[in-house]
Amino acid sequence: MQGFDRKQMAARVAEDIPEGWFVNLGIGIPTMIANYVPIEREVILHSENGILGMGPAPAPDKVDPWLVNAGKQAVTLRPGGSYFHHADSFAMIRGGHIDLCVLGAFEVAANGDIANWATSENDSAPAVGGAMDLGAGAKRLWVVMEHTTKDGGHKIVERCTYPLTTPGAVSRVYTNLGVLDVVKGKGFVVRDLAPGVTFEQIQAASGAKLHTN
Amino acid sequence: MINKIVQSMADAMADIKDGSTVLIGGFGAVGQPDQLIEGLIEQGAKNLTCVANNAGNGRVGLARLMELGRVRKIICSFPRSAGSVVFEELYRQGKIELEIVPQGTMAERMRAAGAGVPAFFTATSVGTILANGKEQREFNGRTYVMEHALKADVALVEAWEGDRWGNLTYRSSGRNFNPVMAMAADMTIAQVSHIRALGEIVPENVHTPGIFVKRVLHIDRGPEWA
Repeated sequence: MQGFDRKQMAARVAEDIPEGWFVNLGIGIPTMIANYVPIEREVILHSENGILGMGPAPAPDKVDPWLVNAGKQAVTLRPGGSYFHHADSFAMIRGGHIDLCVLGAFEVAANGDIANWATSENDSAPAVGGAMDLGAGAKRLWVVMEHTTKDGGHKIVERCTYPLTTPGAVSRVYTNLGVLDVVKGKGFVVRDLAPGVTFEQIQAASGAKLHTN
Repeated sequence: MINKIVQSMADAMADIKDGSTVLIGGFGAVGQPDQLIEGLIEQGAKNLTCVANNAGNGRVGLARLMELGRVRKIICSFPRSAGSVVFEELYRQGKIELEIVPQGTMAERMRAAGAGVPAFFTATSVGTILANGKEQREFNGRTYVMEHALKADVALVEAWEGDRWGNLTYRSSGRNFNPVMAMAADMTIAQVSHIRALGEIVPENVHTPGIFVKRVLHIDRGPEWA
């Protein structure tokens, strides 16, 4: 079974983001998506800490210590970009102005529930950040994640076992094995298979029924 | 003549009482008033409730304030990070109370406090454990949870420029929580990289009008941050 590596997963998501969308990318694999949107396709990246028009990482000798993304990594600002405070940033999020948010997850359920901020095994404090606001506020929520945990545990599930971030919010999931749509009233529908991956393999790796149409 | 510019850290920190709720600006280290935090450590106020996006890094700054046992409770959206060793130790030992708040709710609670709005409704956290025990209402067919304003005694903020009327500007993503926290506290103390003469900051470019600010302290961050 071949599948996508992390970079290919990120690139696959980037293919589906059209010009003009305002997009928020969560920490982890989602942040990498920015690297695969061609610069001439003007997708406007929103960062929860108060940036629109976030650009790629700077050259090592051009780091601006005042300019970081949600993961605290150094970034740049594109021409046309802007800065604003946290209440305005989350007004954009909560007020439904963000066209797409892409987050990682522990689990995504067939009804679109997402769990990505706390697990019961975690004995250090849970951390939610902006995830619940993004889940509740973004026009669309996509997830990009490994299809299973390191020991083959299910992340695509009928119902989440971990504390929810947002109920019913996810409409699409990109994994190393393919792309699944989450359809209200139906569940997971396989949209694409990654190279070398069969339907039987992606179904076997999932804890929920996958439909083909 | 109004002059909110203070000359010393001791003057900046004067009258902060034990038991205060203290807002601390910044997103990670960016826009965090680390010198004011050092000043608070020096000043000695204890039994504090701190509000910050993160819960400290390493054993300096906010982490040090917590390690010294000065913080009773932290209100925070993302306490756990690679370097949050002090917070995690204290939390595991039950020595610090944690109120986890979604980041947008945290920002809006403080904005509301500054704006005289006692409570508001948001869809954030509905259907999750963070909405447990909170009043919920339906508007236009969607369920929202009620959140209360978060007012504070003190706000420690970092700004780029300040003048003697307390007007502030911010630099790049160093803005983040600072303007919102500046509104929400009875006493807002700002550390600024540059002091400007009155009128030097273009009026259209004032990010936090001085009405929200009590004290301004000049702190030179050095050439890296210029």
